[in-house]
Amino acid sequence: MTTATLHDVRLVGASTNRNYINDEYGALSWLLTKDHKRIAILYLISVSIMFVLGGFFAMMMRIELLTPDGDLLTSDTYNKFFTMHGVVMIFFFLIPAIPAVLGNFILPIQLGAKDLAFPKINLLSWYLYMAAAVVGLVVIITGGVDTGWTFYTPFSTQYSNTHVFGTTLAGFIAGFSSILTGLNFIVTIHRMRAPGLTWYRLPLFVWAMYATSVVMLLATPVLAITLTMLMIERAVGVGFFDPALGGDPVLYQHMFWFYSHPAVYIMILPAMGVASDVVAAFTRKKIFGYRFVAFSSLAIAFLGFLVWAHHLFVAGISVYSAMIFSFLSFFVAVPSAIKVFNWTATLYRASVSWQTPMLYILGFIGLFTIGGVTGLFLASIGLDIHVTDTYFVVAHFHYVMVGGTVMAYMAGLHYWWPKITGRMYPEWWARLAALLVFVGFNLTFFPQFILGYVGMPRRYHAYAPEFQVLNVLSTAGASVLAVGYILPIIYLVWSIWFGRKAGPNPWGAVGLEWTTSSPPPKENFHETPVVTWDAYDYPAMMKAMGETQNV
Amino acid sequence: MSDLALGNEHHHHHPFLQHHFEDLGQQHEASTLGMWMFLCTEILFFGGILCAYWIYRVMYPEAWAVAAELQNKLYGGLNTIVLIISSLTMALAVRAAQVGSRMWQLGMLFATLIFGSVFLAVKGIEYSMHWHEGLFPGSHFTWHEHPAVAQKVQLFMCFYWGLTGLHALHMIIGAGLLLWIIGRAWRNDFGPEYYAPVEIMGLYWHFVDIVWIFLFPFLYLIHGVHHG
Amino acid sequence: MMVADFPLWPDQASTFARDVDNLYIFLILVCGTVAVGVFLTIFYFAIKFRRRPDNELAQDYEPPKLLEVMWIAIPSVIFMGLFVWGSWLYFHMSRVPDDALDIYATGKQWMWKFQHPTGQREINSLHVPVNRPVKITMASEDVIHSLFFPYFRTKADVLPNRYRTMWFQATKTGRYHIFCAEYCGTLHSGMIGWVDVMESADYQKWLAGGTEGSMASQGEQLFQRYACNTCHTNDAGGRGPVLAGLYGRDVTLSTGTVVKADENYIRESILNPQAKTVKGFQPIMPTFQGQVSEDDLMKLLAYVKSLTGPIPQATTTKGVTQ
Repeated sequence: MTTATLHDVRLVGASTNRNYINDEYGALSWLLTKDHKRIAILYLISVSIMFVLGGFFAMMMRIELLTPDGDLLTSDTYNKFFTMHGVVMIFFFLIPAIPAVLGNFILPIQLGAKDLAFPKINLLSWYLYMAAAVVGLVVIITGGVDTGWTFYTPFSTQYSNTHVFGTTLAGFIAGFSSILTGLNFIVTIHRMRAPGLTWYRLPLFVWAMYATSVVMLLATPVLAITLTMLMIERAVGVGFFDPALGGDPVLYQHMFWFYSHPAVYIMILPAMGVASDVVAAFTRKKIFGYRFVAFSSLAIAFLGFLVWAHHLFVAGISVYSAMIFSFLSFFVAVPSAIKVFNWTATLYRASVSWQTPMLYILGFIGLFTIGGVTGLFLASIGLDIHVTDTYFVVAHFHYVMVGGTVMAYMAGLHYWWPKITGRMYPEWWARLAALLVFVGFNLTFFPQFILGYVGMPRRYHAYAPEFQVLNVLSTAGASVLAVGYILPIIYLVWSIWFGRKAGPNPWGAVGLEWTTSSPPPKENFHETPVVTWDAYDYPAMMKAMGETQNV
Repeated sequence: MSDLALGNEHHHHHPFLQHHFEDLGQQHEASTLGMWMFLCTEILFFGGILCAYWIYRVMYPEAWAVAAELQNKLYGGLNTIVLIISSLTMALAVRAAQVGSRMWQLGMLFATLIFGSVFLAVKGIEYSMHWHEGLFPGSHFTWHEHPAVAQKVQLFMCFYWGLTGLHALHMIIGAGLLLWIIGRAWRNDFGPEYYAPVEIMGLYWHFVDIVWIFLFPFLYLIHGVHHG
Repeated sequence: MMVADFPLWPDQASTFARDVDNLYIFLILVCGTVAVGVFLTIFYFAIKFRRRPDNELAQDYEPPKLLEVMWIAIPSVIFMGLFVWGSWLYFHMSRVPDDALDIYATGKQWMWKFQHPTGQREINSLHVPVNRPVKITMASEDVIHSLFFPYFRTKADVLPNRYRTMWFQATKTGRYHIFCAEYCGTLHSGMIGWVDVMESADYQKWLAGGTEGSMASQGEQLFQRYACNTCHTNDAGGRGPVLAGLYGRDVTLSTGTVVKADENYIRESILNPQAKTVKGFQPIMPTFQGQVSEDDLMKLLAYVKSLTGPIPQATTTKGVTQ
């Protein structure tokens, strides 16, 4: 067993054209696959479809909001659209996207493993996701749901006449998909690292996925039991959360947010992991403060469990509770700040490429910073009382989830696209799309900060006339954003057949995934690698490339 | 998957070594870690509803005391003993698998299954009794002995049926898994080299037992403040 | 009514508004500086150190570790400052002044109902005097709503079966928005109204315009109609505790615990009397759940709050409910 080193960048993959894509043909070989790479592709198709669906609801909402009156959709329809936009985007896109697409594909390869620890459970995860999606789609087609993605009681249990049970069932099933993915990742990272791959030699993407998986594992079951209790109350008519029967609707909010706040860290931690890997690759430098960034992921995961009641500042919790949660909410911002500053510092005296993945990540860093600091506004209770439940919050979470997670997802998709497909995407179209996304995104959501402060509440179908100008700006931005998202769908699919063929390491990056062919063989490596170098060890690569250039 | 693609010299695999693992040791460690992780999720799952139960207990101590009196401590206690013995037989089954004794494996696994079934049967009797007393929440709730607290007693019963129902569901799943393990033990799959499935079955079973160890005192034994 | 064409924030119309806006502006300055700083730094580094044929590989240089410590310590200090400021403001917003004018509000799908202590009722409209603290005691008849006054910079969720309170002191006359800020169903965005802040004299004039009696006096009638006074007598010999001077006092329960007789206590005592029994009394009070409407509950509450002296005896023997 020889040692795969950085030198072998040139060697591997040239000999055989067999890879995981052409290894076996036929629909069943994909639908019954145990290969983590094929499962990642299955997820890629599913989450893309759900993203388009969620985007459709958003588009309809933004068009309605061009005018103050509710003249395009009925109130009920609008309420269903914002609910389903939230449910689809959160449960069926943001939570699974980076972990189940990029994590599934890349994580085992970055670890030097042949697959995840439990390949069959990995496939089960996808089937659970699909089952949840089918239930969700049936709900949408047969009339939808109008409770808001938060399903607050007693509206969801006693008053809504829509498919609450069906939607919460879909969320419940999707939660299991999430739990199993997290479980798989944790065991894989602990037990299946290649020889020599110690924790401190891991790419930061792995650290981030590890922290994400811990949150997925521990937080999601609380959602499961909350939704179960909701479903029981709705079906049987008992009173867990119904004040008329002795229950407490605020208890629902506590239980719901106990999951849903950590859930937002499930959405952002993988994005930060992608950011670290992309920054390292496109600066050809080790991330500044590697250990700080690694541990900040764990800190965010841990602290994320302690802040849920900042969603309940005006809901009737005691003054002292509120102050404790405010304090902790400020705390959780610190590790995120560390990452932002460390990524920025990595650029100093680096070799900064402006290729598409880096453009997306530079945008990510800026937009996540804005989203993150507006979180500070919300953590300051005296100010939160005014801005909570307004468009200020809507702007905040879209900055972190879309300006953050979606941008990082696009970055990761472009970064690892040659590895996944063996093809390069067209660079100039991709840069154009990235620019459109950045501009469109800011135009859509920045006005919403102002809208919120001047008093426009969220989930409003019709609004006061003085809010119109800002709403029109927002919708204009959304149109640009939409184009920015449609373009990649087109050129990425195009590139699968017509894109330029990619070698094993088109970016000249350091990482185990770049030592195997593009696309990788079914078992990822022809020989198990033995790792003797640090993460992002560009100085060693410099030496190696220096040697070969002299030849 | 051909030898050429693997690139390794083809050596003799244990029949149950999955190909993405280097050796049985790694596979064993991965399986047990996986089961422990799964049990963590179960702790959070049951923990959530137990937390809600406790909050309401603090809010309505009178009703909780009245409702606790309605539970049959004899059946509950019997079930507790039955489950504890089943955990013992399960542990012995794991031991038997470790030493490779097919007879003891089958004996202990069957014993566990029987004790588990006794638990479920007794639970069924209790459920039937509660149903006939009008203690099923919702439209069938016709119990009205203490009108002042009847509504909150119904809330208690929601937790009772919810908690024990979820627990029983986990027992039924456990019984199903036991049957599968029994099938594999029958085929003599397990021995000192490979017994992980029995071990993780044991972990799951012990966990379901521990959940009951919490449920029994909470639902049957702890009395709230009770005033005449 | 003053509405700017392109407002960045609403007019400041309450004592809170200036404080909240100051915190907001401070946050914009600090966070804006950080965000702009990050943007500019990235921009600058990305250009200055861009990849060129003579810069294919990065320089082998690592910034000093001290930077790491700095950008952990400095944000932490700033965050703690923000926490203190935000908490102080919040504390101030939670303390209702003793001399506040009592208004009762009910939220229901999809309207706001306000009752003044003198009995005036309004729907989706609230008249208040300027420069006087106003306390709103509110409950919902159905789902969770949220009463939001953007120009006063305050809101609070309105819950079913439980009283919440909020307060403000308006500083500028005029007409300002009322919004519902917690999604509550079909016409959530229609559950809006106007608060009219008036000069004191104008407010008194408005109040005088037609009323069916103050809330407390209406509550007194209900007190007799529901025969509460048969048990809650003036002196200590009755079957129920004396209610004169009850509101705001500490009460010892049969369990030994001591609770404060606030709005929620009084409400619970009417709807669920068995939950808390006063020491020395039997738990025999019947529940009025389902018999007393939310509006009537508020009138009874106003009445009990007004009791400092003896309670009038029953003037009629009919109207006993059971």
